[in-house]
Amino acid sequence: MISSRLDRTLTYAVLVLFVVIALVPVLQIVSTALSSNEHAQPGLLLPDGLHWHNFVEAWQRGHFGTYLRSSVIVTVVVVVAAAVLSTTAAYAFGTMRFPGVSVLFYLFLLGLTVPEEALVIPLYYDFRGLGLTDTYWALILPQTAQSVAFGTYWMRTYFSRSSREITEAARIDGASTWSILWRVLVPSGRPAITTLVVITFMWTWNEFLLALVMVSSDARRTVPLGLAFFQGQHSSDVALLAAGAVLVALPVVVVYLVFQRRFIEGMLSGAVKE
Amino acid sequence: MADRVRAAYRRRAPGEPRALGYLYIAPALVVFVAMVIVPLGQSVWYSLFSWDGLSVATWVGLGNYGALFSDPTLRGPFLHALVLLVFYSLLPIALGLLLAAAMSRVRLRGLTFFRTVLFLPQVLAMVVVAVTWRWIYAPSGLLNEALRLVGLGGLAHSWLGDFTLALPAIGVAGTWVGFGLCMVLFLAGVQSIPRERYEAARLDGAGPWQEFKAVTLPALRPQIAVAATLTIVAGLRNFDLIYLTTAGGPGNSTAVPAYEVYHRAFEIGQVGSAAAVGIGLTVLIFLLTVVVSRLVEGTQ
Repeated sequence: MISSRLDRTLTYAVLVLFVVIALVPVLQIVSTALSSNEHAQPGLLLPDGLHWHNFVEAWQRGHFGTYLRSSVIVTVVVVVAAAVLSTTAAYAFGTMRFPGVSVLFYLFLLGLTVPEEALVIPLYYDFRGLGLTDTYWALILPQTAQSVAFGTYWMRTYFSRSSREITEAARIDGASTWSILWRVLVPSGRPAITTLVVITFMWTWNEFLLALVMVSSDARRTVPLGLAFFQGQHSSDVALLAAGAVLVALPVVVVYLVFQRRFIEGMLSGAVKE
Repeated sequence: MADRVRAAYRRRAPGEPRALGYLYIAPALVVFVAMVIVPLGQSVWYSLFSWDGLSVATWVGLGNYGALFSDPTLRGPFLHALVLLVFYSLLPIALGLLLAAAMSRVRLRGLTFFRTVLFLPQVLAMVVVAVTWRWIYAPSGLLNEALRLVGLGGLAHSWLGDFTLALPAIGVAGTWVGFGLCMVLFLAGVQSIPRERYEAARLDGAGPWQEFKAVTLPALRPQIAVAATLTIVAGLRNFDLIYLTTAGGPGNSTAVPAYEVYHRAFEIGQVGSAAAVGIGLTVLIFLLTVVVSRLVEGTQ
């Protein structure tokens, strides 16, 4: 009994230690973002009061208002497009049989392992050839495609698990494949779709390399690129940089806290075993 | 293969549509082929040329790939990436196992809280991770201040400016990002191991270490495979952290393939060589994922 109590205490002590390690770098940013610029310095100081105006300054002087606008546009379009495209494709992969179905599915799986680094050079020259660099299209189209690879894989698992009886009963009732998908399977697949949406949201929101390559004008910069740019320009303006970092991280952190279970489930499913 | 497909096709349920499947796949397929498959092919094509991005390209065949092995400025980044995998992948898995082992001996409360916090670094944009770790490693940053506080001020460094320490310093930031993911995976795994197995092991007189080796480790094998795959792939793909902390420096000491692709293609005009690095990186990722899954299946 004594040894089990000791075990318990030790276990919690180790856990708390790791929690502190996970939180210190995060708290450093939050506390710096709330300090006045004279007081602010990298480290774990208690902020000298709550200087919310850092966020206002980051928004205006740091152009984060503009960057957030770009990020919202790109992210919303990518998330919606990827969700619709991968749901319809996964529906066919999961519930229909036709020649070439497995070859096509493996093609999508390939997209899960190919790193962006192997695509970004031709993508840049292709988009430049079309005169589309420095537009939202150059950010939206490649990211939609990369999310569709994951989304199709993820949603197919749901569709092939969904009950065949329900689908067949609906079909006998004369429902078309289209209305079976949208009236029967999509409503009952809300958890799977939520996971897909939050994961795609996080990937798109945090994307850096593609934006760095494609975007040159201030108005098209997404928040991660904007923060990197700001760091290069005003690296001594610590409080403002921290406030900017909070603005980058906050939307994803909020969504993560609300949909924590879905988030973790989705991120851990990325390791394909087939 | 074709026979199997045809047989499956014939087994189709009555009333199940035939060609309609293609229509459902078509929109996703078009975007995917145009934005992933075609560029991948183009990358392979680019990699066979020496091209500065402006003038006419010269055919060099597999020369750019040969250089991946013979040119130290290209071999180096691949070696650095393998060193970083120790920090990005091996260390998080080891820490996760340590925690799982401790946790297997007690029933835990507040698991949701611990899971939420430990996983948090995973969802932060790498840009934000880079900002906070640059500060931690700064000359008067958190790490040096902490060293001075405990009387080890002599060890204080400009961590990211040091030729030998910059790479491990970035590695530690990567460990910070990845350790929660491994812990969350293993905690879930360990909590689902039947209690009886531990009781049986204890009745046989097993100590904590034997218990870990005989019960916990074998039961966690699938989770270890998932953790290894995720952290290896994410680690090799990681461009943001290097670009935003050291930009490959000092010298070439922290250059990795992902950084080299960007640097060569968009900063110094060696597009063909950059494409070869990108393809080499893709092959490396494929190989390592296959090795991981073989290792797991092979020992089962």
